[in-house]
Amino acid sequence: MYEKHIMICGATGCLSSGSNQIAEALTEELESRGIRDKYRLVMGGCPGFCEVGPIIVIFPDEVFYCRLKTKDMAELVEQHLIGGEIVERLLYKGPDVDAPARFYDSIPFYSKQRFNVLRNSGVIDPESIDEYIMRGGYRALKRALEMDSQAICDEVKDAGLRGRGGAGFPTGMKWGFTNKAPGPKKYIVCNADEGDPGAFMDRSILEGDPHAILEGMLIAGKACGADEGYIYCRAEYPLAIKRLRTAIEQAKEYGFLGNNILGYDFNFKMNIKEGAGAFVCGEETALLASIEGKRGMPRPRPPFPAQVGVFGKPTTINNVETFANVPLIVREGGAEEFKKVGTEGSKGTKVFALAGKVRNTGLVEVPMGITIEEIIFDVGGGIQGGREFKAVQAGGPSGGCIPQDLINLPIDYDSLTQAGAIMGSGGLVVMDDRTCMVDLAKYFLSFTQKESCGKCTPCREGTKRMLEILERITEGEGKPEDLDTLDSLAHSIKDSALCGLGQTCPNPVLTTIRYFRNEYEEHINEDYCQSGICKPLFQYLIDQDNCTGCRACVRACPVEAIEGEKKEPHEIIQDLCTRCGSCIEKCRQDCILITRVGSEADVGN
Amino acid sequence: MSSEAEAAVLNQDIDLSQVDSIIEPYLGRKEMVIPILQKVQEHFGYLPRPAMEHVARRMRIPLSRLYGVTTFYAQFKLKPLGRNIIRVCKGTACHIQGSPKISERIEEILDVESGDTTDDLRFTLEEVACIGCCALAPVIMINDDPHGRLTQDKLKDILDSYE
Repeated sequence: MYEKHIMICGATGCLSSGSNQIAEALTEELESRGIRDKYRLVMGGCPGFCEVGPIIVIFPDEVFYCRLKTKDMAELVEQHLIGGEIVERLLYKGPDVDAPARFYDSIPFYSKQRFNVLRNSGVIDPESIDEYIMRGGYRALKRALEMDSQAICDEVKDAGLRGRGGAGFPTGMKWGFTNKAPGPKKYIVCNADEGDPGAFMDRSILEGDPHAILEGMLIAGKACGADEGYIYCRAEYPLAIKRLRTAIEQAKEYGFLGNNILGYDFNFKMNIKEGAGAFVCGEETALLASIEGKRGMPRPRPPFPAQVGVFGKPTTINNVETFANVPLIVREGGAEEFKKVGTEGSKGTKVFALAGKVRNTGLVEVPMGITIEEIIFDVGGGIQGGREFKAVQAGGPSGGCIPQDLINLPIDYDSLTQAGAIMGSGGLVVMDDRTCMVDLAKYFLSFTQKESCGKCTPCREGTKRMLEILERITEGEGKPEDLDTLDSLAHSIKDSALCGLGQTCPNPVLTTIRYFRNEYEEHINEDYCQSGICKPLFQYLIDQDNCTGCRACVRACPVEAIEGEKKEPHEIIQDLCTRCGSCIEKCRQDCILITRVGSEADVGN
Repeated sequence: MSSEAEAAVLNQDIDLSQVDSIIEPYLGRKEMVIPILQKVQEHFGYLPRPAMEHVARRMRIPLSRLYGVTTFYAQFKLKPLGRNIIRVCKGTACHIQGSPKISERIEEILDVESGDTTDDLRFTLEEVACIGCCALAPVIMINDDPHGRLTQDKLKDILDSYE
């Protein structure tokens, strides 16, 4: 029996802020005192608050320590573990709390969140099936095995669960199609090919609670009449794959996988397929081709995978987060519980990866229908450095930008679509006034252009032409008619591309033109990029009134383009400046200004 | 990489018996060709042509189709890589936090273009769509180590720590 469980976040975010070293230091500290055996140390899943990593949570006390350093471990052991007193110094502190805060109840980042899918993440040891079972795991499977297939489909449909991978198709209905498709052999596929740049929800679920995915897939298997499953996971997520493999082995040992599961007439075999790096494989028909060992190229639908899927057999494909929701719904009374959260058309919660220029970056789970303002300002704590919120990009390269004016927009499938974005897999990238919207549109399009598989002409050629126009605009060669050309190309691609990747890839361009037309026009007509991103369209100037002459920028400049004596205002030699932005990163007085090319020193804009 | 450096590596002897033992469990299962190629690449560090030809023969898949598969997926490399692989995250969060500047600076320091390998085979520089630690943007991965919250001035020291 352990006195306390110590969860050290072992997810990628905290690992890169050094949680491995923290774990080593803690182990060493405990060993040197000879009390290592009293505590259970787990490199666990992700509590979500990546911004303040590395994180340690101590149970059962539920104390959340953050921004830890190896040298803090001695004090933590001495004062908390041995002395039983919380180390205030290592608690969460920030402008959004009055006093150091302990955990869920008092850290604002957590207070508006609601944990369904992430219920176990950061709480249990993801490599222990026993802990999953203790938290109610595999109970929904047992119940499902006693139910009629169609009844499971109906229950999931009734709960209002919609696909969390992007399009939001009702899950129960999808299962019903596969269930009704003829034939003895059917498959369940879990789409864990999370390729959207700026999204890491699925990864955290896979790493933090792998058994929930297995249970969800097993229930889907029963509902669809399938006896084999594939988890198609990105090769870039080695830790997720490792934990899935462990989970599968454990589930086999406990009789949750294999033949006659839990004594019922139900068999299931689980396979893992590692992706090999192709964004388009997130599209379901492309994913199926890839499982079959082919180039991952989409094909026209119908026939839908529910009729013709992997190896030509009826197949249900759902995303990771969708499967993670399933055990919650199918357990006793779960559907009613699930329906209580969310909006009319979108039930339950949604996990978002909150990133970009927001203060509290990390993984958040919020009820559907929460407004953008609540997510960014209450959960996210506002914008970094107190700058101005400009827009948020939802749904990755298939989604769109939502501007400041729509800050009260409730986040659910339908209102996001209306605003020109999509729910997508759940990336929310926050942007401030130093993000150029034209550059952002170019960024997304260059991504989709590179990832276009080349099979259909609208996507292959259309994205290329659109990208050329955006490149010209950001280089200062824009023409007045460019916006109309972009608009017409975008609509042709939307209407005629073969798969979801092509049909949605113009969204970032369309929404930025819709909400930030003035910025495009500024680039085209006035040769000016107000955000200071498009290099030929601005210059840096040093604010002569505020520069204290600290020489920080002089030292930072890699091309020696800044001169000036100590304690005298510095100056930038425009002919040498490469606009790399090193100086602006270092200036503490905020006196490096972004101005129009050719402006003189005293011009504030 | 210069053509001589490349030729030197390409002329290495390729031990096909290793390839055989990789293929063995999957014989006759054409759908397993991607995992096979992944394992072959894991063994050699890239996909040498003789190994590809061998896989094609044993799996009874035309070499052209195999080539089609390898060039479709970003993970597969037909050329040898450097000892250390730098992956610059090009995800959205990293982009707006300045990853283009990070790539530029790395290219400058190592005198190598993205997608290529330094002449001394010390580094290969790649761009990836998203590493998945957006909270720490901008991020690069060197081998398996993520380096987050980068600024241009930190890069030299980080790169120097890899041999």
